[in-house]
Amino acid sequence: MPMNLPTTLFEKVWSRHVIMTRGANEALLCIDNHFVHEGSFHAFGALAKEGRKVRKPRQIFGSPDHFVPTVNREQGLIGIADAESRGLVEYLANNAITYGFDHFGIEDDRQGVIHVIGPELGITQPGLTITCGDSHTSTHGAFGCFAMGIGASQAKQILATQCVWQKKPKTMRIVIDGPMGWGVTAKDIILAVIAKIGVAGGVGHVIELAGSTVRGMTMDQRMTMCNMATEAGARSAMIAPDETTFAFLQDRPYAPKGKMWDQAVAFWKMLPSDQGAEFDSELQLDAAEVNPCITWGTLPEQVLPITGDAPNPESFCNGKKTQIEEALRYMGLEPGAPLEGVKVDHVFIGSCTNGRLDDLRAAAAVFKGRKAMVPTWISPGSTAIKKMAEAEGLDQIFIAAGAQWRGSGCSSCAAMNGDTIAAGQRCASTSNRNFEGRQGKGARTHLMSPAMAAAAAVTGCLTDIRKMKRA
Amino acid sequence: MEPFVSLSAVAAPLDMSNVDTDKLLPNRFFRKARGSGLQQYLLHDIRFNGDGSEKPEFVLNQKPYRQARILVAGPNFGSGSAREGAVYVVADFGIRAIIAPSFSDIYSGNMLQNGLLPVVLPQASCDDLRAQLHETPGAQITIDLELQTVTAPNGGVFKFEIDPGPRERLLKGQDDIDLILVHAKEIEAFEQRYLQNNPWRQTTVQEPQ
Repeated sequence: MPMNLPTTLFEKVWSRHVIMTRGANEALLCIDNHFVHEGSFHAFGALAKEGRKVRKPRQIFGSPDHFVPTVNREQGLIGIADAESRGLVEYLANNAITYGFDHFGIEDDRQGVIHVIGPELGITQPGLTITCGDSHTSTHGAFGCFAMGIGASQAKQILATQCVWQKKPKTMRIVIDGPMGWGVTAKDIILAVIAKIGVAGGVGHVIELAGSTVRGMTMDQRMTMCNMATEAGARSAMIAPDETTFAFLQDRPYAPKGKMWDQAVAFWKMLPSDQGAEFDSELQLDAAEVNPCITWGTLPEQVLPITGDAPNPESFCNGKKTQIEEALRYMGLEPGAPLEGVKVDHVFIGSCTNGRLDDLRAAAAVFKGRKAMVPTWISPGSTAIKKMAEAEGLDQIFIAAGAQWRGSGCSSCAAMNGDTIAAGQRCASTSNRNFEGRQGKGARTHLMSPAMAAAAAVTGCLTDIRKMKRA
Repeated sequence: MEPFVSLSAVAAPLDMSNVDTDKLLPNRFFRKARGSGLQQYLLHDIRFNGDGSEKPEFVLNQKPYRQARILVAGPNFGSGSAREGAVYVVADFGIRAIIAPSFSDIYSGNMLQNGLLPVVLPQASCDDLRAQLHETPGAQITIDLELQTVTAPNGGVFKFEIDPGPRERLLKGQDDIDLILVHAKEIEAFEQRYLQNNPWRQTTVQEPQ
């Protein structure tokens, strides 16, 4: 390829990691950083069974997140009441010792959801290839790296070789321009994107999120956007690195320092897609047209503005009609009924989607001087975020409102650590999936922004955040 | 890994779109180890009642389909989580191939890593296959990976596309890790060049002095 051909951000990162190609579209990719968590046990089990070693332990980073409880954390490992979960957390810690990789254990101040602490510690950097046995690995793409979720077999291969065979994805650019209205957040924008392209709309693609709206976002907001690209089926999402990215990373523990920092930044500045670079598909979205929204059904594409009414299956044709009927039945909603005012039983604020400091501040702004009407769990995305929130006094606002201020982990988003929602209960949640049974068997999940979830907590029902605006 | 060349087997019609990984392997069974009878958790909450009894109306609980080795489903199969357990439950049940209009990237990737074949056919062909399977419960479908064809119970033949790389690896039963390790020299040479070109990576990659 001639050097002067305009290329995309993705192409620049991909091509720099291709060791060799096979056939038309497969490449052996060099992986810079691989993240592991206690749910990666299948990969470590297979590695040991096959008698293999971790080839590049300095490029492996781990922390327990999926199975750690969000209570009794001061007790450390023995605070994990469930023996099976405790075993998995111990297994990860032991693997870290056996193979010699950096591990931020349950008692470590650096512990947290792996997609939150990677960026927080500066391990996530522009231009890298990053993998993890978790679909929300796309989160790291907010820094302009190519980050993808993989299964246990490929995770094992990467542990053993630091390489993986991969099909080259197609590219899609979604350009989002204009200012966001009051009460509209990155979560609302990405839900609107998923509603627009559908849950399979991104299959086979890496999505570059671009435009003035995205450029105006903080890193916390950009991570929320990239995090949920996987809910549109995308292989990953990426955002061009810029001054916001560099300012976030500078002086983080694992970020390059001194002269190395300057060299890295000079390289990172060359990464954004060139003017005229071609994408396999392109899409525009006007941020001003997005309202605060929620999911009403059991697919992340089933999104409506909070002011909307539940859909009426009768206005859809056969296949779609059945799907909508089933979703309404599961969610316990009447066709055509207004979403606003529907009673909720539970509120969850946290996860790799919305468990960062920006998110907690947005929730605290709503809780301040108000009381939660329903059980509310707030789980910061990392132990460091927990401490920062406490330093700002956010915890006191939550506690005064009657919410539960918990430890960090995947908590009620993955619902593997005991933080489950009971059958039939309706949960206003800042997590990423509203699948049937995701938050517990029979649990009903409405995805929304942290501010909207906080509004649901203090009113006890699905609420338009714009009505809570203070003078 | 067991090669996949061709397969003639009972196919079960799964009349569902977006069969996500939380349906395939509910969260609460995620931590179960392989070899502990994982197949009992396949589509658990759709297959079983709260008391653990089978839901007789569910397709995989019906006699002709208990021996199914092929599933024919709706679009966006395997969406959601990267958990490979969602493939293990399918494999351990005895399924070797899934036919659907589309798959999640991670899920189809995980299938290939386990020697399972994801067959992408147009929606209309999948609908046709499922209608035939409903008409003749227990009917067989033949999948020929060399010819890239699916033969329906009524003899109709559908051609399918698959990338040449995964096709060859399935036909030969090759494991990707072996296809990485043979290139150890190229990998090391690449890594050296990469470090020279990206010197700031040395802070992460190299052992502390």
